[in-house]
Amino acid sequence: MQTLEKEITTTVATTTTISGSQALLEALIAEGVDTVFGYPGGAIMPIYDALYDYHDRLKHILVRHEQGGIHAGQGYARTSGRVGVVFATSGPGATNLVTGLADAQIDSTPLVCITGQVFAHLLGTDAFQETDVINITTPVTKWNYQVTDANEIPHILAKAFFIARTGRPGPVLIDITKNAQLQKIEYAGYKKCEHIRSYRPKPIVRKEYIAEAAKLINEAKKPFVLFGQGVILGKAENEFRAFIEKGNLPAAWTLLGLSALPTDHPLNVGMLGMHGNYGPNVLTNECDVLIAVGMRFDDRVTGRLDKYAKQAKIIHLDIDPAEIDKNVKSTVPVWGDCKETLPLLTKAIEERNHSEWLAKFAAYTKEENEVVIHKELNPDTDELTMGEVIRLMNEISGGEAVVVTDVGQHQMVASRYAKFNKSKSNVTSGGLGTMGFALPAAIGAKFGVKDRTVVAIIGDGGFQMTLQELGTIMQAEVDIKILILNNRFLGMVRQWQQLFHDKRYSFVDIQSPDYVQLAKAYGIAGATVDNRSSLKDAVTTMLNSKGAYLLEVMVGKENNVFPMVPQGCSVAEIRLK
Amino acid sequence: MKTEYTITVYTENQVGLLNRIAIIFSRRKINIESLNVSPSEAESIHRFTIVISETEEVVRKLCRQIERQVEVLKAYYNTNDEIIWQEMALYKISTDAVAEKLKVERLLRECGARAVVIRKDYTIFETTGHREETDKLVEVLAPFGLIEFVRSARVAIIKASNGFHEKLKEFEAYEPAEELIENEFLNKQDEVFTM
Repeated sequence: MQTLEKEITTTVATTTTISGSQALLEALIAEGVDTVFGYPGGAIMPIYDALYDYHDRLKHILVRHEQGGIHAGQGYARTSGRVGVVFATSGPGATNLVTGLADAQIDSTPLVCITGQVFAHLLGTDAFQETDVINITTPVTKWNYQVTDANEIPHILAKAFFIARTGRPGPVLIDITKNAQLQKIEYAGYKKCEHIRSYRPKPIVRKEYIAEAAKLINEAKKPFVLFGQGVILGKAENEFRAFIEKGNLPAAWTLLGLSALPTDHPLNVGMLGMHGNYGPNVLTNECDVLIAVGMRFDDRVTGRLDKYAKQAKIIHLDIDPAEIDKNVKSTVPVWGDCKETLPLLTKAIEERNHSEWLAKFAAYTKEENEVVIHKELNPDTDELTMGEVIRLMNEISGGEAVVVTDVGQHQMVASRYAKFNKSKSNVTSGGLGTMGFALPAAIGAKFGVKDRTVVAIIGDGGFQMTLQELGTIMQAEVDIKILILNNRFLGMVRQWQQLFHDKRYSFVDIQSPDYVQLAKAYGIAGATVDNRSSLKDAVTTMLNSKGAYLLEVMVGKENNVFPMVPQGCSVAEIRLK
Repeated sequence: MKTEYTITVYTENQVGLLNRIAIIFSRRKINIESLNVSPSEAESIHRFTIVISETEEVVRKLCRQIERQVEVLKAYYNTNDEIIWQEMALYKISTDAVAEKLKVERLLRECGARAVVIRKDYTIFETTGHREETDKLVEVLAPFGLIEFVRSARVAIIKASNGFHEKLKEFEAYEPAEELIENEFLNKQDEVFTM
């Protein structure tokens, strides 16, 4: 392989004979990929055979299930800001990717997934481990393609990476038949893709809309900014800060926008949506101009749409034209990359004070603090709360940790209370709400930012969905901290059953194994804690441990997450209890 | 209010794209009334003609979802008065019925039909026109024993369109760099991706 690399890099004009599998790995290296998450199998064996010679340049993490592999790829992409790469074999290997693809599609995560496929001459014959991966994955990929001839591999891979990472990012799946993996081709080097005729990653910014938007903001008495993951994906955190600081604009975040603006920033007024903060929800229906930046008005954010911000003029900044007017009709659509549009808008707006308006948010925060937050973070009951665990984590880590959450009550509590100083520090399954996401995603997140502490916060339900990835943590020596908040219930469903189904607790009572023993079986240190006096030490031990660590905290069984916008209600009807 | 809209989509010719476009409708439980795929006026560009009955707002959103697809260049939607459109239909009836009943001949003339095939046992007529016109002949022929009937998808020309040639030039305006890139990003990975 050494000689091959030399030949390729020194002689551009001439060609080298290599296999399709080698061409694939050369493409990954040319795209700057350093880590691949995958699982081998019959139809992808030629690629794994080639990988044997590339192991010094491409790190391969052997996961325990393809779903774990793709969630790891997502975690990697979310913390590193780069494209996650996943390998899986045909048939069941490929179908196991589907949940992760759907998750990445709805949360706009850039991925390139490579699946093996049966020989081209066997396509459509119901061959062993053959499945129609392209058609199965079409609704859940930004783009997919089946390669049957190795000559296609370099330019298809270039296209795949270009599509995955540009515009509104998303998952791309490339299915490669076994004959193409084996086929020898004359390889002339790798050329990155920079343009696809039919694909417009960024709409052209229309200056007249910038002017109109600025006019509305300048005239506004009660402007309110909502920001989503678009700020992070657009690498526009600084531009966003400059924008809100110039206009003194209060800004609230969606679940995926979390960490784009530091928690302590004076203009950060909190979280939107069903379990978001009191002020941002109520004041959505009082503001006069609503400025949405890189967010898509998900139903969990808007509550009842026909009662959502009807009084306000709406400015919507988004890179994806299909998002404009999809759920909420905008007064001024600002199509484009917010990295470009935000500075234009900042330039055009005037400095403002808005102190009275900001004081309204502060008043609501005070009320929420008194009724909800204080007792969640500093409870006077015997039972531990999820909130106090998060508070301790904040105190010890100082907001420097990457927090990966699963789905459910712990996810809402962690998102509400975890502190963040840096962007790309929050990884969660937002749009799809995939239980079992956090453990594998945390593995990938750690490979994305090797020098940072990664804490996976998981409920007792979600952990049991993908706990096989403890094997990956053991074998690849992944230094992540696993914090299981165990309430012995599928807590979020139980909360709904309590509030909306007359406490008919239907199949939400879930038992757990001994997690400390389980971790021990995988050579992972761990502890369990059920009382306040030893909680702080336990969290400290976890965060300071060398290597992976599992901490189980037994929290109150029937605690609820509040505030809450009940389904079918307007955001202004948010309940504090 | 639901109205009949004709959606015209200009695309690359790519296996699987038909499915990608079809599921945009089926996912939202919208029935495609007619679908035609053909070459277009621009070389290598294909043209989908899709007919649905929906409100203007829904159709606009569908077109945006269609344009999101990587291989789609452009999607237009038009009401029936903004397009010239035709559908073709074939009718098979017994030749005896045609030969013996003069009335049939007259009706065929009125409907603008022409005979494509005449055999001893059957005759095949063809008409081209709007739905009402092709439907009318079905009604008329039914009493004489219509053996088979089939109607094609709609094809449509947008009255206000200047064709896709100029638009295509816009899409092609950006030329990619020609030089090869050889592993040069390996040591500066943070700069590789610009999302």
